[in-house]
Amino acid sequence: MSTTYQQPTERGYYGQFGGAFIPEMLYPNVEELRQNYLDIMAEPAFQEEYQQLLRDYVGRPTPLFEAKRLSEKYNTRVFLKREDLCHTGAHKVNNTVGQILLAKRLGKTRIIAETGAGQHGVATATVCALMGMQCIVYMGEIDMERQKPNVYRMRLLGAEVRAAMSGSRTLKDATNEAIRDWISNPVDTHYIIGSVVGPHPYPDLVARLQAVISEEMRKQLLEKTGSELPNYVVACVGGGSNAAGAFYHFLEEPSVNLVAVEAAGHGVNSGHSAATSVLGKPGIIHGSRTLLMQDEDGQITEPYSLSAGLDYPGIGPLHAYLADSGRARFISIEDEAALRAVAELSRLEGIIPALETAHALAALGQLGAGPDDVVVVNLSGRGDKDLETYLKYADTIL
Amino acid sequence: MNRIQQAFQKKGKDLLNIYFTAGYPTLDATVPLIKAISAAGADLIEIGMPFSDPLADGPVIQQSSTVALANGMNMRVLFSQLKNIRQEVAETPILLMGYLNPVMQFGVENFCREAANAGVDGVILPDLPLDDYVAEYQETFRKYNLRPVFLITPQTAPERIRRIDELTDSFLYLVSGPGTTGGQNTQAEGVQEAYFQRIEAMNLRNPRLIGFGIGDKASFQKACQHAEGAIIGSALIRALEGVEDAPAAATRFISSVLK
Ligand SMILES: Cc1ncc(COP(=O)(O)O)c(C=O)c1O
Repeated sequence: MSTTYQQPTERGYYGQFGGAFIPEMLYPNVEELRQNYLDIMAEPAFQEEYQQLLRDYVGRPTPLFEAKRLSEKYNTRVFLKREDLCHTGAHKVNNTVGQILLAKRLGKTRIIAETGAGQHGVATATVCALMGMQCIVYMGEIDMERQKPNVYRMRLLGAEVRAAMSGSRTLKDATNEAIRDWISNPVDTHYIIGSVVGPHPYPDLVARLQAVISEEMRKQLLEKTGSELPNYVVACVGGGSNAAGAFYHFLEEPSVNLVAVEAAGHGVNSGHSAATSVLGKPGIIHGSRTLLMQDEDGQITEPYSLSAGLDYPGIGPLHAYLADSGRARFISIEDEAALRAVAELSRLEGIIPALETAHALAALGQLGAGPDDVVVVNLSGRGDKDLETYLKYADTIL
Repeated sequence: MNRIQQAFQKKGKDLLNIYFTAGYPTLDATVPLIKAISAAGADLIEIGMPFSDPLADGPVIQQSSTVALANGMNMRVLFSQLKNIRQEVAETPILLMGYLNPVMQFGVENFCREAANAGVDGVILPDLPLDDYVAEYQETFRKYNLRPVFLITPQTAPERIRRIDELTDSFLYLVSGPGTTGGQNTQAEGVQEAYFQRIEAMNLRNPRLIGFGIGDKASFQKACQHAEGAIIGSALIRALEGVEDAPAAATRFISSVLK
């Protein structure tokens, strides 16, 4: 079977990227998932329950909003896909709703997750509360500090938040700890990964669950612009789940420019960055062969971004393939530019974006889009969780 | 017959395989530790190649890896340390254990050539899947006479165990129960025994060593009732923590297990 952008090979490869590089301890779990995910997701009963939850619980479809003042500023036609209006405040819940239904059908009773910004942790804790399942979320100690409101939200929802104390004590380390938990609990536990990363079938599974974003965009664009196809789709990339969802139904439409925005941190060459597509080389992280920030000995290097959701030293294998093949354009945005984009959207449109999302917005000026072009920015999340950071950097923002 | 098979043939039972992390507690401890571990009576030696993100390892080996990397350990340094090791330790089988990414970056062919030149007998890469091994690594491993060692867990299906057994001429690494290295055995007594007995009854080609959670004389002897021997790692590393003379500490630790 050949790869398309939408469909990896049977062993989970997008070009040279993907696969499932996992220790034997994880093999039965991952294999069970691989053998069942497509069948379960195709079941009418699953689809019915999933669609109903997306509509009545998550609040889908999310609006596609034409941002007139932002459009005026950038002299192009900007639409915002309002994933920030999803229940829990970000796109992450599209994935957790689907995976919890999958976990139930696999007979699992205990759920684990990793989280960076805390949005995926909150989205997981939320669906676990809804389904009455035990929930344990691993979060880097540094991230627990910088995303405190989300730690409280998870606890309020009944989840146990465990601090990851190794390495840089951020998203990568939280993922390591979640994987170690899964190794230690091989029978009753399902690991809800929060992005299009990890061993096959996770990248494909999460991309399919987020694909609802671009499915809705096409219908909404047809209504609002007369064409299902925009000229640009822009999304930020940590692991790449909101971007995968926003790109998915445009992947095989060559006229649509796909723009993935990574966090440059203090600058791509500053040594404090998370711009994986620029700084990474093929390597293996969390069970996937992908672009990876590493030193010449193959040791994974610590990424940096002010935003807790983007400082991951890899990207999903689909995105590595999009970068490698040139299908998507990758742009990197520094902390400061992202902070300024927070203020801009807040002041021009009355929408306070998440710091991750602000990276996508900050790329608007670099697209080269003309006045007649239609640009969709995936507004992956809202900024409530980042207020403390925004206050701290008020000088830059205001 | 390779050195690993010879070791099993010579002794038959109660084989002790000792793991330590290269470059821990000091960069130059590697060779003195190999000599001490062999002289103290270990039957096989597993040298850990430190990795920044060792997913299958618990806190003790994670910490030793972090220290080793900070000490400057890497593949080039390790192979230069091992250059003359077979003049020092002639017969004890030596295995390299680590994660795939550093091996990939070093180059699989380079890695295998250097390992073979040093007199290494086997390689354990827990995150190298069987299919990928067969498709991309097996030929090179064979060319350099390196034996892969694969892990088996209580959840590994019988047909998969048979396949693993066909892919090597060394030993099978029986992970004692769910968990990462250095963990405590939390299973009910009978559960673990049933697992070991189930594997024993399969009459496999390769001998078996039990690893994960073995840390003293009692747990070593118990493991030896169900397999040809056992593997100790985290407990040894703990014994090296903060000591002046690492080889002496390793000798004392191994004596306490074997006495
Ligand atoms: C609002 C928001 N956007 C984006 C991301 C980045 O994740 P991904 O690249 O998987 O969409 C996060 C992660 O925490 C997030 O909270």
